[in-house]
Amino acid sequence: MIPAQFEYAAPTSLEEALALLAEHGDEAKVIAGGQSLLPVLRMRLNAPEHVIDIGRIEGLRGIREDGDAIVIGATTTHATVLTDPLVAEHAALLTKAVHHLADAQIRHRGTFGGALAHADPAGDMGAPALALGAEFVIAEQGGGTRTVGADDFFVDLFETAIGEDELLTEVRIPKHTGWGAHYEKFVRVAHQWPIVAVAATLKAEGGTITEARVGLTNMGSTPLRARAVEQSLTGQPATEDAVRAACEAAAEGTNPPSDLNGDADYRRHLATVLSRRAVLAAAAG
Amino acid sequence: MTRISLTVDGASVSEDVEPRMLLVQFLREKLGKTGTVVGCDTSNCGACTVHLDGHSVKSCNVLAVQAEGSEVTTIEGLARDGELHPVQQAFHECHALQCGYCTPGMIMQSVDLLNDNPKPTEEEIRVGLEGNLCRCTGYHNIVRAVQTASGQEVNAS
Ligand SMILES: Cc1cc2nc3c(=O)[nH]c(=O)nc-3n(C[C@H](O)[C@H](O)[C@H](O)COP(=O)(O)OP(=O)(O)OC[C@H]3O[C@@H](n4cnc5c(N)ncnc54)[C@H](O)[C@@H]3O)c2cc1C
Ligand code: FES
Ligand code: FES
Repeated sequence: MIPAQFEYAAPTSLEEALALLAEHGDEAKVIAGGQSLLPVLRMRLNAPEHVIDIGRIEGLRGIREDGDAIVIGATTTHATVLTDPLVAEHAALLTKAVHHLADAQIRHRGTFGGALAHADPAGDMGAPALALGAEFVIAEQGGGTRTVGADDFFVDLFETAIGEDELLTEVRIPKHTGWGAHYEKFVRVAHQWPIVAVAATLKAEGGTITEARVGLTNMGSTPLRARAVEQSLTGQPATEDAVRAACEAAAEGTNPPSDLNGDADYRRHLATVLSRRAVLAAAAG
Repeated sequence: MTRISLTVDGASVSEDVEPRMLLVQFLREKLGKTGTVVGCDTSNCGACTVHLDGHSVKSCNVLAVQAEGSEVTTIEGLARDGELHPVQQAFHECHALQCGYCTPGMIMQSVDLLNDNPKPTEEEIRVGLEGNLCRCTGYHNIVRAVQTASGQEVNAS
């Protein structure tokens, strides 16, 4: 199927894009890479009157270092994130996770900001961004910006702190230089969303875990932190037994969906198993 | 209608399109380049894969207007002076197709893969082609074709 008719605009500046959003209100939809939006439009699950393409705004693309953070522009493609040396050095968890996101063709078009703004609870970028304590820079009407922490950015299913007439411009990722990282994704078929996935990154000294961050994908209506696991891991040796014991708490406080791929109990079980695998792999490098 | 200008298989084209027109429709219906095919409704199968500014994309999941000013290469633009592209030749030699429906996309994705990684392992080939589905071959001969095109030894089994 093809989308319903719409008017198309491709602004080349942020100001122009925000003005178009102000003018068209909830009749407009932003398109970045289109890898989530176009399937929705083609299925006619949504039919906006205006589609505003932010892909031609130069300033929204690219990855840079800024003090103790790396900054990823919203329209930077997954393929760029995957091969970027700054990301690999300071936020290895993103490199590990994006490797498992969709397939090569989708990664060439899909964007880091688009995946986060889309806020699919099964999306692969949310849990790593949450685990790394990402900060989201949102451009408001009137020229201002506001920065929202990861804990407040994800609001609900497909809902974030970005207002209808606002744009996500960049995401700041605090450097986690030297932290081990792993993304353990459980799927039945290639290039699809996870049934459950676990994002783990940790710092270890002399075989002891000194700090750990664990994010869960598809265990609720938003990505979640497994805080009980993080706390139990701290100060523990990175051994199979210690990690297994800590990860028993992985499903605490979660509210996973039940669907054709598995019911909620099955997902709770998966969360403990995948957490153990993710943490052990992260500890190994 | 929006006017777009782009390069397709080396030729400059300029056409009026509806903004909702997909790149694959543009290629097939406006330009008659039916070598690029549509195999699904969900952007899963990869049959429609073309190169957009040198990188593989699923042309059913890109608007034609998004390709404004870009360079598009389709399966029809791979052969040079009547000579098949080495990947096309390898697919032919290794019997990497049966019905052939997935083949244009498989070849375009294989070319992209080899551009990034000229000597991929078998595992890297399988992962690199994960966005392309084939319902006939069981993939083995496709993997062999990519190994052959990359000048590597083909595993026996
Ligand atoms: C076959 C297939 C397989 C996939 N597999 C996976 C997978 O395994 N894992 C996974 O995580 N994803 C997967 N995806 C989804 C996809 O890769 C991402 O969700 C996608 O990359 C989103 O980015 P985009 O730039 O394409 O966003 P778009 O589709 O352009 O936009 C998505 C939404 O975000 C909004 N938006 C985009 N950018 C901004 C911004 N800067 N500010 C405010 N709002 C914005 C849009 O209005 C829209 O509502 C798959 C998609 C397909 C088609
Ligand atoms: S037709 Fe484009 S992916 Fe199937
Ligand atoms: S050869 Fe028939 S689908 Fe691949």
